Amino acid sequence: MMAASTSYPTHPFDVSRPVLVIVAALLAVMIVLPMGWLMVYAFSTKDGQATLGNFVTLFTDPSFFDPLVTTLSISVSVSVICCAVAAPMGWLVARTDMPLSRTVRTLVMASLVTPPFVGAVAWEMLAAPNSGLLNQLWRLISGAPSDEALFDIYTLEGLIFAISCYTFPYVFILVANALDRMPGELEDASSMLGAGTWATARRITVPLALPTLLAGALVAFLQALNLFGSPAILAIPAGFHTLTTKIWSLFQFPPKPELAAAAALPLLILTVALLRAQALVLGRRGYAVLGGKYGAPRLIRLGLWRWPAVGLALFVLSLPLFLPYAALLNTAFSRVSSQLLTAETFTLHNLVFTFWELSSTMPALENTFLLATATATLGGLLALLIAYIVARRAMVGHRVLAFLATAPLAIPGIVLGVGLFLAYTRPPLTLYGTLWILLIAFVTIELPAAYQQLGSAFHSVHPELEEAGRMLGATRLRTLKDITAPLLRSAAIATWCFIFVGVVRELSAAVVLFTSETKVLSVLIFDLKESGDVGAIAVLSLTMIVLTTIVIVIANRIGGSVRLTSRVAG
Amino acid sequence: MASYRTFGRRALLAGPLLLPLGARVVSAAPAATPVTPALVDAATKEGKVTYYTAMDLSVAEPMAKAFEARYPGIKVTVERSGAERVFSRIGQEMGSRIYRVDVVNSSDAAHFIYWKRQEWLAPFVSTEMARDLPAEMVDADGMFCNQRTHLSTIAYNSRLISPEDAPKGFMDLLQPKYRGKLVKGHPGYSGTIMTATQQISRELGWSYFEKLAKQKVLQVQSATEPPKRLEAGERAVAVDGSDYLFWMARERGLPIEVVLAVEGTPQISNPMGVFKTAPNPNAARLLVSWIMSAEGQSFIVNLSGQYAANRQVKPKPGRPLLSQVKTFKEDPAAVEQQADQIKAQYAKYFKV
Repeated sequence: MMAASTSYPTHPFDVSRPVLVIVAALLAVMIVLPMGWLMVYAFSTKDGQATLGNFVTLFTDPSFFDPLVTTLSISVSVSVICCAVAAPMGWLVARTDMPLSRTVRTLVMASLVTPPFVGAVAWEMLAAPNSGLLNQLWRLISGAPSDEALFDIYTLEGLIFAISCYTFPYVFILVANALDRMPGELEDASSMLGAGTWATARRITVPLALPTLLAGALVAFLQALNLFGSPAILAIPAGFHTLTTKIWSLFQFPPKPELAAAAALPLLILTVALLRAQALVLGRRGYAVLGGKYGAPRLIRLGLWRWPAVGLALFVLSLPLFLPYAALLNTAFSRVSSQLLTAETFTLHNLVFTFWELSSTMPALENTFLLATATATLGGLLALLIAYIVARRAMVGHRVLAFLATAPLAIPGIVLGVGLFLAYTRPPLTLYGTLWILLIAFVTIELPAAYQQLGSAFHSVHPELEEAGRMLGATRLRTLKDITAPLLRSAAIATWCFIFVGVVRELSAAVVLFTSETKVLSVLIFDLKESGDVGAIAVLSLTMIVLTTIVIVIANRIGGSVRLTSRVAG
Repeated sequence: MASYRTFGRRALLAGPLLLPLGARVVSAAPAATPVTPALVDAATKEGKVTYYTAMDLSVAEPMAKAFEARYPGIKVTVERSGAERVFSRIGQEMGSRIYRVDVVNSSDAAHFIYWKRQEWLAPFVSTEMARDLPAEMVDADGMFCNQRTHLSTIAYNSRLISPEDAPKGFMDLLQPKYRGKLVKGHPGYSGTIMTATQQISRELGWSYFEKLAKQKVLQVQSATEPPKRLEAGERAVAVDGSDYLFWMARERGLPIEVVLAVEGTPQISNPMGVFKTAPNPNAARLLVSWIMSAEGQSFIVNLSGQYAANRQVKPKPGRPLLSQVKTFKEDPAAVEQQADQIKAQYAKYFKV
């Protein structure tokens, strides 16, 4: 580094300070200001007097306290279920010779692209007690009377199930990746010392994977805690609120932002506390990957169990993927959503209605794809900049940036929505009603994950390569452009796609921040849900998925060609 | 543009749709505005109009398309959600000085009392409206008019329940045999249900709702959803919901029967007005005048069979005449005063 700085004497002035100031200011606008207003409101009366009254209401009024308890019980259940499903599946995919394991991985990723609220609507079509397709099938087979149901999605259990369907992929990815990276030597040593396959799994693999699983449990807990869409769709018909739907309902006229802010604080505090816990758990994971160069993990032979294993994996995948999409397709093209598609019930009405009659469709599509592209590009660049500064310790204060870039992880979407609403419905920055406020919200929400992805990518590019460039006389920017950027290209494209998908499926912040002119697809679907227009919902959901998939495929085409080089160099 | 078409239709007897919209019958109404070519030109120049409504999209969007066909070059954006959400949305937007709404139409007439008091509405009465609307259909100061009237009725799916087993009125719904078979809209989202809840709680007492809440009711939001749940066969009986959607489903051949409760049926007027801050004031006025014209009103009636405000328009054949339905009296002023209390009381029983 020293050699680099002396080799470039013509640099007139240090750009790092203004960059730091700009980035810090940006993060303040995105995070500090909204959270500050949230605090102010939580401790204020309607007239702006300081008070603790909002919290008294929160903890004494059963209409607030019950949702708090319900939310916690949902989160715990989801967390347990997700681990119970994702751990064996992750193990099957990463450590055994189960056939189709690549396909299973891809399909799990595909279920992550599905917005949870779309999944919840699809599960209504499948498991509403009377009209649900699965219940109809069951009655057909068992001959049960018309008012008996096998499944009832409008229950606490139903909601837990629907949330788990779209949360387990997070745990699965964590577990599968950890098992991929786990050195095979340790297991080899175990078998050399005479332990059988199962003993090795039990004594070596499981303990090594345990910290990851705990981290996964926390991720699932947080997802369930902060989810808005699925509860809004399933809990209200079932006759209960979760904390997020309760916060949302406080924006009904007359809006009670003070109470909403107060109700948002437990979510915020709990999330921060759990993330600290997660950091502690993950911090200890280090021993699993120590040990220099190691061989690819040894695959366990399943023998006769190979096909039952695939069957299990595909069954699990049918819950977030095959069944819901079949239900959406059925609804999109049939006259009555509860009837199976036949030549007689086939109709294009929903398609025609959605694209030719519904006047919100096109604006919502435009807004969504504009915002997703802008967020992915700007958010990606911001994350890249921060990741670079932090990874190369390029300036004083890089730790603050790292903290700020990770902080939004602790802010639930609906809480951020409330905070941004409070901060930007007033001068000097009256952004409410513009796409800008949504852009800020989405960049903020996506920043932590993007930063983490790019940060680890930077760590894989050794600074030697950049230093070599600078010693040969290139500026820092030139080095970045000619050396670092090509090496990071595939990671950057992956991050871009990740943000894009995240924005398309975002509902919880958007539902607080949208206005009629800035409606996005997720909010439009949510509005259509209110009036029960499931046909249009099915068409829009499928459109959303198809367009997202196309974007991802194109982005990967662009990025795919360079992936190999980056591996070699890294 | 050609001058506005006048209608030579027979003046038909409009039902006595006496609605408590205008507080004062003898009014200081603004002078009626003719729809001149100049207005049409100005509206076309604006090129667009945003229409906030609670009417089901299956009626609102085709109506918007009919207007677009009648006045080419003006695009209508329909912003539909439950009336209570429309109300919150407008409150939020106006509070943040976001002026998006041109024309608003709500199924909770109380909203117009509030908006009028806030001085958010602009007076507008077209010559045709002045001529063809009964006085009680127009606000005394011309700030709004009743676009149409509908009912919130009980209905059932006759594939799931036989006519003998069907409820005859609200009190029947409390019988154990309907437990788990009911679907109902929510007054916190739907103006129709808010209006109906005020009327039913006044006529039957809150104890009715307290008992109803114990019937394992499927709670949906908008009054436009119970008809769709009934269609899908998700529940056998709808406790409430927009009657026109039950009828439209029935007319499409679905097994749905409408029940006019023995106790009486909640009646819901749907006022419409132009906002003072409308970004497209001319297109807004043109849209209102068209919707209230015999042409616009006939379009709504032919498609959905709701009860027209315009006395030139005949009711849809096959539907009960409004004058023959035993309806509860509408009281928007009471709804305006009690709305918060109604939502709280309702949430106490139904938990959401």
